[in-house]
Amino acid sequence: MPSLRRLQGRNNEGTLLLVLIGLCVIMSLLNPVFFSINTAFSIMRSTTVPLILALAVLLVIISGGIDVSFPVVAIASAYTSVTLMLNFDFDYGVPVVFLMSACIGAVLGLINGVVIARFRLPTLIVTLATQGIFFGAMLTYVGSRYHPDLPPSMSRLSTVNVVNVVTSNGKAYLHVLVLLAVVVALLVWGLLKWTMFGRSLYAIGGDYEGARRAGFRVVRTQVLTYVLVGVIASLAGVAHIVMSRSANPQDLVGGELDIIAAVVLGGASIFGGRGSVLGTVLGVLLIQVINNSLLLVGVPGAWLRAAVGILLIVGIGIQTVSARRKARRVHSVEDAATPAGKEA
Amino acid sequence: MTTNVEFGASVDAAPPVLSVHGLAKRFGGVVALRDVSLELRPGEVHCLAGENGSGKSTLIKIISGAEFPDGGQIVVDGESRERMDTTSAIETGIQVIYQDFSLFPNLTVAENIVLTSAVAQRHKFHNARRARAQAKEIVEELQLDLDLDADVGNLSVANRQLTAICRAMISRARVIIMDEPTTALTHAEVTNLFVLVDKLRDRGVALLFVSHKLNEVLRISQRVTIMRSGAVVTAGPVEDFDIKSITKFMTGLDIDDVRTLPELSPEAEVRLEVVGLTLPGAFWDVNFQVRKGEILGITGLLGSGRTEIAESLFGIVPAERGTVRVDGESVAIGSIRDAVSAGIGYVPEDRLTQGLFLEKSIADNIVASSLSEHRTKWRVLDRRRIRATIDELFQKLHIQAPNAKAAVRTLSGGNAQRVVLAKWLATNPKILILNGPTVGVDVGSKAQILDLLREQARRGMAVIVISDDEPELVACCHRVLVVTKGRVSGELAGDDVSVETIQQSMAV
Repeated sequence: MPSLRRLQGRNNEGTLLLVLIGLCVIMSLLNPVFFSINTAFSIMRSTTVPLILALAVLLVIISGGIDVSFPVVAIASAYTSVTLMLNFDFDYGVPVVFLMSACIGAVLGLINGVVIARFRLPTLIVTLATQGIFFGAMLTYVGSRYHPDLPPSMSRLSTVNVVNVVTSNGKAYLHVLVLLAVVVALLVWGLLKWTMFGRSLYAIGGDYEGARRAGFRVVRTQVLTYVLVGVIASLAGVAHIVMSRSANPQDLVGGELDIIAAVVLGGASIFGGRGSVLGTVLGVLLIQVINNSLLLVGVPGAWLRAAVGILLIVGIGIQTVSARRKARRVHSVEDAATPAGKEA
Repeated sequence: MTTNVEFGASVDAAPPVLSVHGLAKRFGGVVALRDVSLELRPGEVHCLAGENGSGKSTLIKIISGAEFPDGGQIVVDGESRERMDTTSAIETGIQVIYQDFSLFPNLTVAENIVLTSAVAQRHKFHNARRARAQAKEIVEELQLDLDLDADVGNLSVANRQLTAICRAMISRARVIIMDEPTTALTHAEVTNLFVLVDKLRDRGVALLFVSHKLNEVLRISQRVTIMRSGAVVTAGPVEDFDIKSITKFMTGLDIDDVRTLPELSPEAEVRLEVVGLTLPGAFWDVNFQVRKGEILGITGLLGSGRTEIAESLFGIVPAERGTVRVDGESVAIGSIRDAVSAGIGYVPEDRLTQGLFLEKSIADNIVASSLSEHRTKWRVLDRRRIRATIDELFQKLHIQAPNAKAAVRTLSGGNAQRVVLAKWLATNPKILILNGPTVGVDVGSKAQILDLLREQARRGMAVIVISDDEPELVACCHRVLVVTKGRVSGELAGDDVSVETIQQSMAV
């Protein structure tokens, strides 16, 4: 049993991996086209932006909060950077675009964080409100125009691929920005595992009052979390604009539920204190594979939303039921009494 | 008082690590502490005894820096100061282990042990392997059997406590204050704890056990300080006391020991009958009856299933098997609604979060559960009748507030408890279940609440009191059921009900 437990993972990552593999096997049997490098690359490409966003959300969810403003933060910071570059006609290269966007994202995140942590307001409500404020402010002050042409450095990047393979189904490309998702994932993983900041996120999410009593700097950590969310989201925003080869201020907005669903499916507890990068990666992949494969087997696109909804309920259901079982196991006296038999 | 002289001589060698002199504290108009003094010497276990509301917790809070005193001094290593703050308390090595342990359920034992001290030292990075090694060191040093990689949320209460002690020790604690350390433990676990306590004493740690459950704590303490209504009544070496004298010092008068039972005629009909009630994981095959006018006590250790039985009867977590009959009629209790319409009322253990609308007025709270009984034939609310009910209960229960419009949040523990009681009395239940009816209530209110229960029973209500406060059970229960590991393990009735017999049957 213990080895099985280990495979299952702390947050059911193992189970998720099995489901994912099972799904791929079934899809490949149903439709041989699915089992190809082209599909794999296209899924990886479409996973890039959602994954970066999901990693941002993971941080907030572990700390026991929720953020619904991140898609707006992502698009607002990236779109603003692009608009500035086009209006003032400058282009110092892609790194500067990312940096500019990250700064705007950090400021927006700081606003979220300060309001939430200073005044101890419910995170959902605050981010719902700022989502509207940020979006409105962008449309009013930055503009609502669709930019079909990007600054040269960005449009050059949009055609760069890391891998080019010729297959029987034609050429398969893997976009370079997939690497950005990998780097962000590694950074967030390291942050959660190797820094006291990461551990405080878990502690605050596990027991806010307890963390305060233990001397964690709760307010600072929370503010910093939302700033980080803003920064990471803004990277996703730039990646999205580069990969879609145009800047549309209406993009990404409204997609927050899919991302949150993926994070929760990945084993992060909506009540805080639990979640892992691996789980989040698997959760995002699962949702992308389902989106992709349902279309391939001919399920109407309208059903995709329903499928994600069902998946979310199943995922949270499993999580909640197993947590409740565990709680009952602890309360039950038989368990509580056994350790006493051991000699200290 | 020769003992005092000996006592003074024997410990002169060791100067106190921590002492407080003449502490005073007021909350608004209420005096919480009056001229309180206490000394803790290295290597001693000191028992601080007192009823709920006697000022014990205020004293701990002042020592640990969570509250500031209005007067008096705190002396650490011979250096006197007027107040302590949380950071300097931790720096001087004062660690409080609260009843809830303040552990992180989602983190492992090793992380829980190490994290707090890492935070205190302002670490920036976290090395899981090194943290685990540190935790392992302290666990092995204290020769404990703890799974370092288990989530604390999955541990038994006893192991959580051991984790909390390890956490205190890794922060170089010299004074460990433990709030009710034995209340939630089984006998074997208490023995384990005491083995550990002896080891800590050998290292010169001073331990302060705060408790109102004395039989176990006295076994290991060297000195006792007893508080009542905010003042130290007496203090001295443990040999000078026995449970009886301590109880007397704690309560002042032995109001609680007077066993006064409402008359119960032998022919009284059965009000509530429970047959084969089972909820796997919590309790199994529970059978009992309560007659009209009877007060039944249910007791057991924390986690024995006593609360779960009550919660299933009230439909909070319904039982999976078994029959419940009210007045001979079988009722299915699948929800709180079912229970209320069957005539069952429940006063929960944690009334502040479960039993009251804190921001609402006393009046609103009193009628919150009985609005449907206060309707006219047109099924709209009958304002006049509601007013009458509120006035009646507000007077009868002696709720101390300027008027019934005051918000419940402003009330003291005893008064809040009376509001919960009033709420359920307004529904006129046939059966009233009370979980820890006098927890956190001062002695005077306690006697009044018990009187009130007796009066309700006299009027034909069947009352179930769930409690681990033996004197309280003795004072008002016709019969007492003892629950052990989810099963009814004993029943005491009539003259067999006494503090000693209850303690004995719980200890098995």
